[in-house]
Amino acid sequence: MNGYLHLWLIPLLPFAGFLINGILGRRLPKALVSTVALLAPLASFAVVLNAARAATSGLALPYAEICPVGWINAGMLHIDFSFVLDQLSLVMLLVVTGVGFLIHIYSVGYMHDDEGYARYFSYLNLFLFFMTVLVLAGNALLMFVGWEGVGLASYLLIGFWYQKTVAAEAGKKAFIVNRIGDFGFLIGMFLLLANFGTLTFSEIADKLAANPAWSGGVLTSIALCLLLGATGKSAQLPLYIWLPDAMEGPTPVSALIHAATMVTAGVYMIARTHALYDRSPFALSVVAIIGAATAIFAATIGLVQNDIKRVLAYSTISQLGYMFLGCGVAAYSAAIFHLMTHAFFKALLFLAAGSVIHGMGGVQDLRKLGGLRKHLPVTFWTMTAAVFAIAGFFPFAGFFSKDAILYAAFLQGNSGKVLWFVGLVTALLTSFYMFRLWYLTFMGKSRSPEVHPHESPWSMLGPLVILALFSIGGGWIGIERFAAYLAPSTGPLSLETGSAHLELVLSILAVAVALLGWFIADRFYRQRPEAPARLAAAVPAGYSVLAHKYWVDEFYGAVIVKPLMAVSKFVLEWVVEVAILGGLAWLLGGIATFTGAILQRWQSGNLRSYAAWLAAGAAALLLFALVPWTTVLANVGIHFNVAGH
Amino acid sequence: MHLILFIVFAGLCLAGAINLLLQTHPINSALSLVVVMSSLAVLYLLLGAEFLAAAQIIVYAGAIMVLFTFVVMLLNAGREEHTMGSGVARILGFPAVAVILGVIATVILKAQGLGSAALSDPITSTEDLSRVLFRELLLPFEVTSVLILIAILGAVALARPGGDERRVGK
Amino acid sequence: MIPLSWYLLLSATLFSLGVVGFLIKRNLITVFMSIELMLNGVNLSFVTFAHQWHLVKGQIFVFFVMVVAAAEAAVGLAIIIAVFRARSTLAVDRIDLMKL
Repeated sequence: MNGYLHLWLIPLLPFAGFLINGILGRRLPKALVSTVALLAPLASFAVVLNAARAATSGLALPYAEICPVGWINAGMLHIDFSFVLDQLSLVMLLVVTGVGFLIHIYSVGYMHDDEGYARYFSYLNLFLFFMTVLVLAGNALLMFVGWEGVGLASYLLIGFWYQKTVAAEAGKKAFIVNRIGDFGFLIGMFLLLANFGTLTFSEIADKLAANPAWSGGVLTSIALCLLLGATGKSAQLPLYIWLPDAMEGPTPVSALIHAATMVTAGVYMIARTHALYDRSPFALSVVAIIGAATAIFAATIGLVQNDIKRVLAYSTISQLGYMFLGCGVAAYSAAIFHLMTHAFFKALLFLAAGSVIHGMGGVQDLRKLGGLRKHLPVTFWTMTAAVFAIAGFFPFAGFFSKDAILYAAFLQGNSGKVLWFVGLVTALLTSFYMFRLWYLTFMGKSRSPEVHPHESPWSMLGPLVILALFSIGGGWIGIERFAAYLAPSTGPLSLETGSAHLELVLSILAVAVALLGWFIADRFYRQRPEAPARLAAAVPAGYSVLAHKYWVDEFYGAVIVKPLMAVSKFVLEWVVEVAILGGLAWLLGGIATFTGAILQRWQSGNLRSYAAWLAAGAAALLLFALVPWTTVLANVGIHFNVAGH
Repeated sequence: MHLILFIVFAGLCLAGAINLLLQTHPINSALSLVVVMSSLAVLYLLLGAEFLAAAQIIVYAGAIMVLFTFVVMLLNAGREEHTMGSGVARILGFPAVAVILGVIATVILKAQGLGSAALSDPITSTEDLSRVLFRELLLPFEVTSVLILIAILGAVALARPGGDERRVGK
Repeated sequence: MIPLSWYLLLSATLFSLGVVGFLIKRNLITVFMSIELMLNGVNLSFVTFAHQWHLVKGQIFVFFVMVVAAAEAAVGLAIIIAVFRARSTLAVDRIDLMKL
């Protein structure tokens, strides 16, 4: 029962898939490529299930597997390859490998006719490798490896259709924006190393537990640095800008990486290092404010987007904001709960959107969709489940997790009530734009009659159905049981200060708000389709602000990118080219010429003078080697402190 | 007896070497070198190196010195021309030689545990020598044969008359 | 009974005389002979040490030195012939084109 779980297989199997498909993929038949690509995540999902079985049948968690050969041993610094399985990483692994496997199946159908079929699957497997490393990592450095690795996989997959300039640019943008966050992560790690002398999560938690009085100060700065990393990876304010552009990648990639798993890494990291955040109320409130602000900010932009995937992208940012809000009010298990249900319904939304795009032959503009309900029945019903889930209707999964976060926020005093209110407004907006998407896509009449939509193959619909079931029932476990299960790794969730009565009122309020959003969407997009345009015309300024996404990209472009480019250009053209390269070349050349002019005299061409120099050299060597200088000098009265004496 | 033999042949050796330096005509120098090498052969014998003594006579005093005298005669080398000396050689070279000799001599004289040689010492037989040479060191031995072959070819290529001019002419 | 240090001193002296010869002789062939003198000086110390440690390999080393010296003499003298043919002199001070 207490056997070895072979956790190392979880990342390495997808890695093997990556190597096989990456190296041989071009030459293998498509069927074999798909087999390898599907078997790798399936096998690692099986290993995870085995670990879960062991965990439920009495395995003591956390359970660690440490590679016997150390990774870095330098002075006081010891870092191992250690994989740790605890409640948190188990939940995360189930989501990552489970949803990941479903999306692999879906991709077989979605990418079937793509030229880069093998390349696509090798990248996808690579992503799973790094993501599982990130989740299983027992220390911050190994997590950072996974962290960077998923960034790399994300870059490769966003720019998968690299022939398209937009896609290549989007990949670069994601990579560069993430670098800024990683910088914070790195600084945080250095601070951890300087103050704790270790990067192992459990040791950090132990040291914190041993010093109950330690709080604030350096802990706050560590937490804020790590938070910067998290905002980069999880697309929060102010580093969220890469995620909408990341939609240039294939849709299953958006589902897997940019909705369900990678972008939640920031939330996971905060939950993993919650011991630090618990000691720093300031950092926690920053997390909460960033989360709430991002949630409402992204939701407002999502209201007016016309690209089906961009709506979902802003919705993802907004939902990630919820998770940060949950972390910020120390309700880590609620955040993880929302992470899990969000992984189900957002993956489903993206996959369904992919199915729509697939069926429409590449159309993803909401204004050209419509009336697809009859043509794509399975897609319609599964997407409906997802829309209800994200809008927070009882008893869909999103209701439970969102409610838990809002409830936890509400209990955090007066400022918490503000956060709660922001969350509630966000819920309204979410409900509205999701139903807007739903109406525009499936209801009414088709707006591009020349396209004949067709339902997707079952390899794509199967995952949709499974995810739909999870989107409906994924929340029934209930936050209390979930939080109780996670408590050993994320700390207990304290909701005792509230009452069942209060919770009921808040829940009803949340559902009412969701209904209100549905109602408005219904008015706007079913009953009076001309209303949105009229409203936009009525408040042109407001519409313009939202349609241009608050001009954030332009603002960053003007404030950061342009000055940076100007400075870089200056440095390159003047400092590097002229001063360093030119000056260096001049200096080196001058030195060479000068010394050459002196040494030239040495090379007389006279054999006997060469011989004399040779003899002199031999004499010098003999003097150096055979005369015991220390003794001689000691006799004269000079003493040397020879090292080692 | 040993002492007498050593003094006689070491003296011959040194005398030959100094004569080599003093003579101005190359053929005289070459003959002095023959004297040095022959007396060295006797010294080898005194140290029990029977085979080496023979090889010294045959290879050095025989083959190599014949080659030298042959070249001297072939090129009809006369007395040394009195060219301008090299200042560096004199200023730097001689002190350096003095230092080398001084340091080595000091080290030798200070060395503890050096043994002594006597006529009654066992002689390394050619059999022992060849046992080591042809078993343990067979590969280096074979490699030297290749080396000699290359040297012969090189000598032929270098000394072939007109080789240079032909190449330059084209 | 002769102390081995005598042999070593003789060897060092021969070597030094070889170096001196290299420095003062003006004829290319004699310079070459000085090199042979140095080689012989070293050979003597090899044999002496072989005697000291009762090792056959010391003598075999001398044997190899002789082989190399033979090869060197063949090639070296060939070079001397080639040089003489090209420059019609054997004076080392006149053969100084190996410079800028």
